[in-house]
Amino acid sequence: MKHIIEGKAYVLGDDIDTDQIIPAEHLVYSLSDPEEKKNYGKFALSGVPTENAGLPDGGKVFVSEGKHESEYSIIVGGKNFGCGSSREHAPACLQIAGIQAVVAESYARIFYRNSVDGGFLIPFETQSNLTNETKTGDELSIDVEKETFTNKTTGKTHTMKSLGEIIEIIRAGNIFEYARQSGLIQPSETLNSP
Amino acid sequence: MDMTITEKILAAHARKEKVQPGENVWVDVDVLMTHDVCGPGTIGIFKEQFGKGAKVWDRKKVVIIPDHYIFTSDTHANRNIDILREFVAEQDLPHYYDVGTEDYKGVCHLALAQEGHNRPGEVLFGTDSHTCTSGAFGMFATGIGNTDAAFILGTGKLWVKVPESMRFEFTGEFPSYIMAKDIILQVIGDIGVDGATYRTMEWTGSAIMKFSMEERMTLCNMAIEGGGKNAVIEADDTTFEYVKRRTDRPYTVYHSDPDANYFFKKTYNAADMEPIVAKPHSPDNKALVKDCTDVKIDRSYIGSCTGGKLTDFLAAAKLLNGKKVAVDTFIVPATVEVEKDLQQEKLDGKSLMDIFKNSGCHIGDASCAACLGGPQDTFGRTHGTEVVVSTTNRNFPGRMGSKQSEVYLASPYTVAASALTGHITDPREFFQ
Repeated sequence: MKHIIEGKAYVLGDDIDTDQIIPAEHLVYSLSDPEEKKNYGKFALSGVPTENAGLPDGGKVFVSEGKHESEYSIIVGGKNFGCGSSREHAPACLQIAGIQAVVAESYARIFYRNSVDGGFLIPFETQSNLTNETKTGDELSIDVEKETFTNKTTGKTHTMKSLGEIIEIIRAGNIFEYARQSGLIQPSETLNSP
Repeated sequence: MDMTITEKILAAHARKEKVQPGENVWVDVDVLMTHDVCGPGTIGIFKEQFGKGAKVWDRKKVVIIPDHYIFTSDTHANRNIDILREFVAEQDLPHYYDVGTEDYKGVCHLALAQEGHNRPGEVLFGTDSHTCTSGAFGMFATGIGNTDAAFILGTGKLWVKVPESMRFEFTGEFPSYIMAKDIILQVIGDIGVDGATYRTMEWTGSAIMKFSMEERMTLCNMAIEGGGKNAVIEADDTTFEYVKRRTDRPYTVYHSDPDANYFFKKTYNAADMEPIVAKPHSPDNKALVKDCTDVKIDRSYIGSCTGGKLTDFLAAAKLLNGKKVAVDTFIVPATVEVEKDLQQEKLDGKSLMDIFKNSGCHIGDASCAACLGGPQDTFGRTHGTEVVVSTTNRNFPGRMGSKQSEVYLASPYTVAASALTGHITDPREFFQ
């Protein structure tokens, strides 16, 4: 786990659902094949209507044509981020595009859980809505241990809500590593293998 | 004892006397369901984490129901079905409903019920957010991602945070033109798309208990659109009757205690309910149908786990019988069983299928179809600026295909009435 996450902000609004994060027509690609899964980075956030893409101005392309990685590293969102489907392709596509953390006022349950259990990105919750004071392209810095969010462009720092006990899973890497480290499943992980 | 149904089921599966909301517990899983969109990813993680030769924890507890991208020429989608087949063969899984064979069922949430996989008191996880549908059977059911599903495949367990419960009671009797879809749209409009986040939506009251199992499933199906972790309705004679025809597996019935704690309680008078739509682009964008009659539509759509069951088509047929639709109207039975019922169920001596064909509807094969857009050649998918009134569950931008299209969610009665006039129409206009 990184202690400091730095990079450019990509700002979105409230209720960003999984169809906007990764439209259903793209859910056909393999998540196991390293080459094929790049398609998920290519189409990440492609369902967001243009006027809402990269606030406050909108019209900001998240992943440039022909690429699968974004120039942005941190998403700043409003309430109920990741609502809708249970598709794990949603946090996965953001990770493939290079997103390391989402900072939102609140999350839909399954997206939050998938982000943590799969180790795709860290979903931080903020005390207040930061989308009004963050612009797409602002340089951000997150201190994961201190749970602080700093906008280097504006100079403002906020303490985020505590990750609580899920920090254990984030530190371990994913739910499997967490379960092995805490003795819930066997370390070698060949539970059922012959 | 002072626990809700959900707390009792989770306590039993965590092998504890009692659980509290907010507590994290590891539960034993009775059924894991997956489909063609999330199955391949789940299988990939399972093999990566447990080894290539690993066996699933219990072959009889895994149910695989391909239903999303079935009738498409998309090669990646078809490849995904092959991955499921290979895994089923390798693991010798008895509950697989293969595409292109007589075992094929269609939409997983209704297929689970029809094939006897929904049983009161059990814990069911599925790699689909609408897995909460199964709560209609007095069980704990919720959607998860591929990673959690892979963890279950290997261990038969998963951690859950015990949710707080919200109790929605409807007393009295619903008017004849009101369907479960109106009720869930009403409640989501009242609480918002995150109003039940991390919580249970428990449905109760005399009006709810008069609903058939299919209507109860509609009610529980859209709990996720309120952010809910699960929905639940106490099992009763209606449940026992339905389950008895589908499985002889024993089950346990749980009731909420009178002194159980609820995060929220609200009582509605069923007789006051009115037909509701959710306007674009959110399921909580509630309006009375009668206030939206100036909205012209290009298309109507009746299908999906939410609105593609026999009850939904009986309602639509009642209004469409002997009349012609004014806009493109798509009929997609959720499952093959519903498809057969459309041939067999009769109204005024005509089969529902004939009623739909004679009124000019397009009929599709059983699957999720355009509810979630899907590959370009998906039946009923939007490609432009269509305005659609639909019995499905979500209307976020692009949900039915095109980002420019606008989707109004409504009951089968409202969708059928609107199909006849070409604008959003209150079904009461067609009730004598």
